[in-house]
Amino acid sequence: MDSARATALINEHSSLPGALLPVLHALQDEFGYIDPAAIPLIAQGLNISEADVFGVIGFYHDFRQKPPGKHVLKVCRAESCQAMGCENLIRHIEGTTGVKLGETSPDRGLTLEAVYCLGNCALSPALMLDGEVFGRVSPSVADVLLASARRPA
Amino acid sequence: MSTKIYISIDTAAVSIGSLTIIQGINQEFRSRGIDATIVRTGSRGLFWLEPLVEVETPAGRVGYGPVTTDAIPSLFAAGFLEGRPHPLCLGLTEELPYLKRQQRLTFARCGITDPLSLADYEAHGGFRGLRRALAMEPAAIVEELVASGLRGRGGAGFPTGVKWRTVLQAPGPEKYIVCNADEGDSGTYADRMIMEGDPFVLIEGMIIAGMAVGAARGYIYLRSEYPAAFRVLKRAIAIAYDGGYLGKGFDLEVRLGAGAYICGEETSLLESLEGKRGQVRFKPPLPALEGLFGKPTVVNNVISLATVPIILDKGARYYADYGMGRSRGTLTIQLAGNVRYAGLIETAFGMTLREAIYDYGGGTASGRPLRAVQVGGPLGAYFPESLLDTPLDYEAFAERKGLLGHGGIVVFDDTVDLARQARFAMEFCAIESCGKCTPCRIGSTRGVEAIDKIIANQQRDKNLQIVEDLCELLQDGSLCALGGLTPVPVLSAIHHFPEDFHRV
Repeated sequence: MDSARATALINEHSSLPGALLPVLHALQDEFGYIDPAAIPLIAQGLNISEADVFGVIGFYHDFRQKPPGKHVLKVCRAESCQAMGCENLIRHIEGTTGVKLGETSPDRGLTLEAVYCLGNCALSPALMLDGEVFGRVSPSVADVLLASARRPA
Repeated sequence: MSTKIYISIDTAAVSIGSLTIIQGINQEFRSRGIDATIVRTGSRGLFWLEPLVEVETPAGRVGYGPVTTDAIPSLFAAGFLEGRPHPLCLGLTEELPYLKRQQRLTFARCGITDPLSLADYEAHGGFRGLRRALAMEPAAIVEELVASGLRGRGGAGFPTGVKWRTVLQAPGPEKYIVCNADEGDSGTYADRMIMEGDPFVLIEGMIIAGMAVGAARGYIYLRSEYPAAFRVLKRAIAIAYDGGYLGKGFDLEVRLGAGAYICGEETSLLESLEGKRGQVRFKPPLPALEGLFGKPTVVNNVISLATVPIILDKGARYYADYGMGRSRGTLTIQLAGNVRYAGLIETAFGMTLREAIYDYGGGTASGRPLRAVQVGGPLGAYFPESLLDTPLDYEAFAERKGLLGHGGIVVFDDTVDLARQARFAMEFCAIESCGKCTPCRIGSTRGVEAIDKIIANQQRDKNLQIVEDLCELLQDGSLCALGGLTPVPVLSAIHHFPEDFHRV
């Protein structure tokens, strides 16, 4: 993590009321995760305790404390997608990639995560690949999406 | 005049390729030297027809869908720019029975206008509510809301006007309007659609709310799973500032959540906005009296706030004339899951579940028999086929131990195993519990374990008793609706589908 860049991002948001979430989002957008080394910088910048910062990072599912893989695939496993077979889809993706939900592949190419609703419930099952939502995803569609994302550029 | 065609860039439409269709059509325009414009809109909510392409004709907009890349050359060859016939032609979009039977008040513009055009917004009735409100005393605006009978569309169904009245009467110069855009319930997407498809109606509603209660600042707390809505709202807010609608007595900002379902609970949302862990607060004090940063705060759902402009524009009476019993106005039903024609249905309260699922939805997508329906998100009850004649109304659902919630209907066919669904309800509660109260934090995990034993056929009667006891504890001992309502899906599954808990 570039500490100077982190400090600049913290300072950019520090005057907002309730600044901690905007700061954490800014850091994660920049670095892909919240480096533990950023915690004292945030605490100092916002004049709160390191424990407060740590507690907030741990509370929210979004904030990562380790860098994710190059690609992040979030598969919805909420009820609407369950009704359209998301558990099968997840088993298929885990089977073909060798990555389990919540894990990152050893080559750090792919992080697979569960998400609880992408608001695309009329086109279930849905998933989000690198921030882009896809609907009515069959196992074969998932294969195509993953293959095109992981193809070396 | 050049021809106008309309294509949705709503997340759902994009998720099945509407951007590719835009590219393909633009390419044809260039290669054929055609002078035409593509207006990027929100969605009409007819998702089985997306990507839907609409062409402006003298008779109205003619729809074609679902359009595939392969079909584009043949659309041009058939003369779709003049609204001519083609196998994908749907006729006039407005005449499609699915749309025609609806009463679109809150969603009057969604899918029709360019979401980021103030001119389009005004040309389609935008800011009329605000103009009327400007000539009214704050108390009169509040009473108009009370008289409309509008109840919180987030799920709790508390009268919006009464909440506003409390904040108006609360002392103090500093008050806030907070929009709860943490639409986390599976099966719901109405908030997302309106934020992406008609963001100015939400902004207008929040400005009116600010005038009514004396608040000078508003926040939209948006879930992070909605990145497109975040982009649209940020741009819409900037445009509203440039247009002089914001910044003159009312400031507005959109803030992102961070993937916590519990932050849809209003006190937890306020904690999160303050930059803390999203842990539920004790009530009282009510947020209306001590809310954001300890100040009187209106916390309303997106659809509630987006419905304010039409109530002010047309009057409370007009709005209250729709609906049944104590559920006045329109409900935005969202059909989801295993249903053939999944989409948004805005109509007066009172339609039955059966009408929604069969008359609109066309039954299951798989073609197999329907077995269960979950209404109202992960905390809603699982209803069997025999309860499908329940009208969509807050009280009717409460009488049958269910809840209407945010209006999401998730359909399951006969492959569903309700013991697994009950287990998921407990698991979801365990994953999303904020951890503040013990029944929710620990009871949910114990619930998963007990249901696992039931599924594995270990001491079933004893474990069913444990699940029922846990449910009673969660219901009576939890601080908020997450723990308090998790028993609803669990007990409804056990009650209506006992055979799934006794499989050999």
